[in-house]
Amino acid sequence: MSTTSRISLTLGPVLYNWPTDHWVDFYARIADEAPVDRVCVGEVVCSKRQTFRDDVMFRVAERLALGGKEVVYSTLALPTAKREVDAIRELVEANYLIEANDITAVHLLNGRPHIIGPFLNVYNEATLALHRSLGATRVCLPPELSLEAIRILAAGNDAVEVLAFGRAPLALSARCYHARVHAVHKDACQFVCENDADGLDVLTMDGKPFLSVNGIQTLGYVVTAATRQIGDLADAGVASLRLSPQSCDMIRVAKIFRNLADAHITEEEATEALAVVALPGPLSDGYLRGLPGVRHFDEVD
Amino acid sequence: MNQATRRPELICPAGTPAGLRTAVDAGAHAVYCGFRDETNARNFPGLNFDRKELRDGIAYAHEHDVKVLVALNTFMRAGAIDLWKRGIDDAVEAGADALILADIALIAHTRQAYPKQRLHLSVQAAAATPEAIAFYRDRFGIARIVLPRVLTVEEIARLAAAAAPCETEVFVFGGLCVMAEGRCLLSSYATGKSPNMTGVCSPPSHVDYREENGDLIASVGGFVVERFEKGDPAGYPTLCKGRYRANGSLSHLFEDPVSLNAVDLLQNLANVGVTAFKIEGRQRGRAYVATAVQAFRRAVDAMAAGEKIDVAELRALTEGQRDTTGAYKKAWR
Repeated sequence: MSTTSRISLTLGPVLYNWPTDHWVDFYARIADEAPVDRVCVGEVVCSKRQTFRDDVMFRVAERLALGGKEVVYSTLALPTAKREVDAIRELVEANYLIEANDITAVHLLNGRPHIIGPFLNVYNEATLALHRSLGATRVCLPPELSLEAIRILAAGNDAVEVLAFGRAPLALSARCYHARVHAVHKDACQFVCENDADGLDVLTMDGKPFLSVNGIQTLGYVVTAATRQIGDLADAGVASLRLSPQSCDMIRVAKIFRNLADAHITEEEATEALAVVALPGPLSDGYLRGLPGVRHFDEVD
Repeated sequence: MNQATRRPELICPAGTPAGLRTAVDAGAHAVYCGFRDETNARNFPGLNFDRKELRDGIAYAHEHDVKVLVALNTFMRAGAIDLWKRGIDDAVEAGADALILADIALIAHTRQAYPKQRLHLSVQAAAATPEAIAFYRDRFGIARIVLPRVLTVEEIARLAAAAAPCETEVFVFGGLCVMAEGRCLLSSYATGKSPNMTGVCSPPSHVDYREENGDLIASVGGFVVERFEKGDPAGYPTLCKGRYRANGSLSHLFEDPVSLNAVDLLQNLANVGVTAFKIEGRQRGRAYVATAVQAFRRAVDAMAAGEKIDVAELRALTEGQRDTTGAYKKAWR
C-alpha cells in the first residue's frame, strides 16, 4: 500500500482514561475515517485502567484491522508488579505486533519483530542500531530530540518515527498525581483521572499554564505539532509520524497531517487548519527547534 | 576486597577530588564519580574529575582499599558517541573498579571492548522488573543494578532475589527523584537541558530568584516554582518539587521539597538481599558528605556485627529538614 518514500502515519495509544464506551467509539471512527496507516491500542500509563479495556480491546483491534489499519499493541510504560509483567507476556505470547514501552517488553520479545515506543531511551544512532538488531522495525524517538539529532538518527534507515502531534509525554512516576490532587490513595483512586480527557492542567503559582498530569504520567501543557518541520523530517528520512490522541477531532488532525505529508497543503495551511481544531493548549515545536519543549510556535529562547 | 561479606556495601558520592578523599577517609566502601563533561548525570559547574584527577583519586582510594565506580550514565548524543567511548577508555585505563552505565549501546560497546570490565547498570536505566534486569544481566553481563526509586521494599525483595547472581544497589539517603529516573524530560521541557541529554536537571544557569514584597520568588526556565516567605529558608528550586496550581488548589503537586532518608528501612533492605546502599549527593559539600558517610558506615558495621543500628544518629542527619522514605513505602504512591 505504501511506497518507500511516503511518510506513514501512526496513531499512538490513547494515553488518557477515557470512559470505555467513548474509547470504543473513538477507535470505531478512526477505523472508518482516519487516514492513518497503523493504530496503537493498549493501556500505557496505568494498569488499573486495563481491566476496563480487556473485554473490548480485541473487538476494537478487529474493527481497526477491518478498516485497513495495522494494529499495534502498546505495552505499559512503567511495569513493576508481577501481574503487570504477566499482562505484557500474554500479549507477546499471543503473537501480536507489540510496541515496547519498557525494556521488560524488549526482553520478553526476545528478538521478534516489534516497535519501540517513545518511552525507551533511543538518543543516538548506536542505540537505534542495537534496537534494530534486536528486532525493532520501527522506533518512535523520545520527544525531547531536536531536528538536528533526528537527522542523524533517521539517516540510512526507514525505521524512525517522530511525534508530530499531541502533548509530549515528559515523565512517569510510581505516584499517581490525580490521586494526590484529589486526596485519595492510589489503591482506592476511584478513577478520578477519568474526568480529564486531556489530562489535568497544571499551572505555575502565578497562573501560567505549564504542564498536565495524567495519573502517574506528566505531559506538557502545550501541544506538540510538527507542521512546520514536515519537509525537514521527510528530507531527513523519517519514516512515520506519530499522532498522539487528544480529545479534539483526531480524524481532522489525521487528515491535516496526511494532506501535509502528501504536499496537498502547505505547512502554513496545515498550521492554520490545526489552530481551529479544539486543542487543549497552544501549538509547540520547541523540542524540534532545539529549544525548551514548552516553546510555542514563533517563540524564541 | 572481593570476599563475599554479607555486610551491605556503602557507596558514597565523590563530586570532586577533595570530596573523594573526604568520602574515603569517612569510611566509604566505594565512591562514585564522573568526568567533567556531559557523560555523567551530575554535569554541574565546579564538579567532577579530569583524567589526571581520576587516576590520582583511584590511586588514593585503592591505597585505602576503597573501590571507585565511574559513572558514564547519560545517553550518548547523536553524532557525538565518541565522547562517551573515550570516557570508557579513559576510565578503564585509570583503573575504575566498575563503570556505571545507562545507554544500551554504550553498555554493548563497553562489554565488547572490555570483556572483563565490571559493569553496573545506572539508576538512569530504570530497570524495575526481573525481566528488565535479566535483559542487562544476560546480554551484557551487568554485575549490579542500581534500582530505580519507584519501588517498594516488597518489590525490591522480589527483584533482589530474581536478579541473582547480579547484585542490587539502592539509594538510602540524599536527593530524591520523584519521577522514574532516566525517563524524565521535565527539565528539558522548561530549560532545554535534561538529565538524559546534558546530565543536568533544573540547572543553575536557568534558575532565577527575585524578591517580591519581601518574599523570594524562585523560577526555573522562567516558570515560577516556589515562593519563600520572608525568613523561611530558601531551598534550591527543582521542577518536580515546586508548588503548582491544579484542580483549583495550590500544592506541592509532585512532591514536597524533601529528601530521601531510608534509615528506618536499612535492616529490611539488607534482609531482602540488597548488596549496597548508596548515598546521593555529588553536588553536596564535604562536611555533609563526611557526616553522612560516617553515620551510615557505623550503621552498616553495626548490621554486619549483628548489632542494632543507631537510628537516632541517622535521623539527626536530616534534622530541621523534611525527609521521606519515598516509594519504598507503598503509602507514598
